[in-house]
Amino acid sequence: MSKVLVVTSGKGGVGKTTTTAALGAAIAQSGSSVCVVDFDVGLRNLDLVMGAERRVVYDLINVVCGDAKLSQAVIRDKRLPNLHLLPASQTRDKDALTDAGVARVMDELRQKFDWVICDSPAGIERGATLAMRHADVAVVVTNPEVSSVRDSDRIIGLLDSKTIKAEKGETLDKHLILTRYDAARAARGDMLKVEDVLEILSLPLLAIIPDSQEVLRASNVGCPVTLNNPLSAPARAYADAVRRLQGETVPMSVLSDRRSFLERSFLDKFFARRAA
Amino acid sequence: MNLLSFLKVRQTAPLARERLQLIIAHERAEVGRSQLVDILREEILAVIAKHIAIDRDKVQVRVEQGQEVSTLDLDIELPVNFNAKKAA
Ligand SMILES: Nc1ncnc2c1ncn2[C@@H]1O[C@H](COP(=O)(O)OP(=O)(O)O)[C@@H](O)[C@H]1O
Ligand SMILES: [Mg+2]
Repeated sequence: MSKVLVVTSGKGGVGKTTTTAALGAAIAQSGSSVCVVDFDVGLRNLDLVMGAERRVVYDLINVVCGDAKLSQAVIRDKRLPNLHLLPASQTRDKDALTDAGVARVMDELRQKFDWVICDSPAGIERGATLAMRHADVAVVVTNPEVSSVRDSDRIIGLLDSKTIKAEKGETLDKHLILTRYDAARAARGDMLKVEDVLEILSLPLLAIIPDSQEVLRASNVGCPVTLNNPLSAPARAYADAVRRLQGETVPMSVLSDRRSFLERSFLDKFFARRAA
Repeated sequence: MNLLSFLKVRQTAPLARERLQLIIAHERAEVGRSQLVDILREEILAVIAKHIAIDRDKVQVRVEQGQEVSTLDLDIELPVNFNAKKAA
């Protein structure tokens, strides 16, 4: 049974595309086949984060309009043969994404892959509702910050009313990924704590992803963080999230790859001298 | 003021949490109301359509939230010879 998962948030820049790539690669590493689909028409970025930007020939809109076959548009990852990408269109208008066309493509994706992961655009307009429409599972990506939490609440409302599952009166499986978390700042009382966000949004927690330089390093080289540095804290947190999605019980912890203060000051001094 | 309460005052996250709880409760109620209005509009339209051929956007449904009472405002514009359909 294949599953369609939407990665959504309302607010932009919170880590949806990072999360889509990381979950996609971790699922592929676990042995299932997966296609990540970029719904961010006009602002395509998943191709860059996955390192496939120079291999894009056809895109989602071409397939929806029938100008290309799905097999022509889907790009297979060079590192993980189970991992695939269906890029967004960078130039065409998003009105070309008709409801019926998207439904047909989602059906075809379901037949070909174990997991289909839809990377949602920001906002609560049509692009975002189309990305979530066919989902069986939703991952709401939230930062521990007021506007992100508020927008997540709006998106949860849409998940409960605009998806096919919701319209049929079935339950859509919703999860929260709290990302860019900084445990030290939360402990100091300068960042919302995990419990605060959970209490406000009342969604089950899928993962806490620490704010980490490994995420930027991974996107610099065009490789999902779970593949680029599997031992880093964000990669381990995403890998645990995938195990939970696949039904395993994995204890939740706030992972961190921060070096201790002493270690840091020693190493930084060392490198500063070398750089000088 | 002792050291502990001094530190507490400087924390910003508790205020963030409180503000969020208030605004989200307010917005959830708002969304709930507008969903109710949508449902009412659809059901009222269906009832009228059973008897009169009517234009969808000629039916306005509004809920006004007042201090003492709230009201449900219906504004339905009927076609000129609206009993023609059943009479014919
Ligand atoms: N856990 C993290 N730690 C540090 N930076 C992150 C993390 N997650 C995302 N980012 C950074 O935040 C920015 C926005 O991320 P992105 O995934 O593009 O967000 P969205 O798709 O929601 O707009 C990017 O620069 C990304 O590298
Ligand atoms: Mg994005």
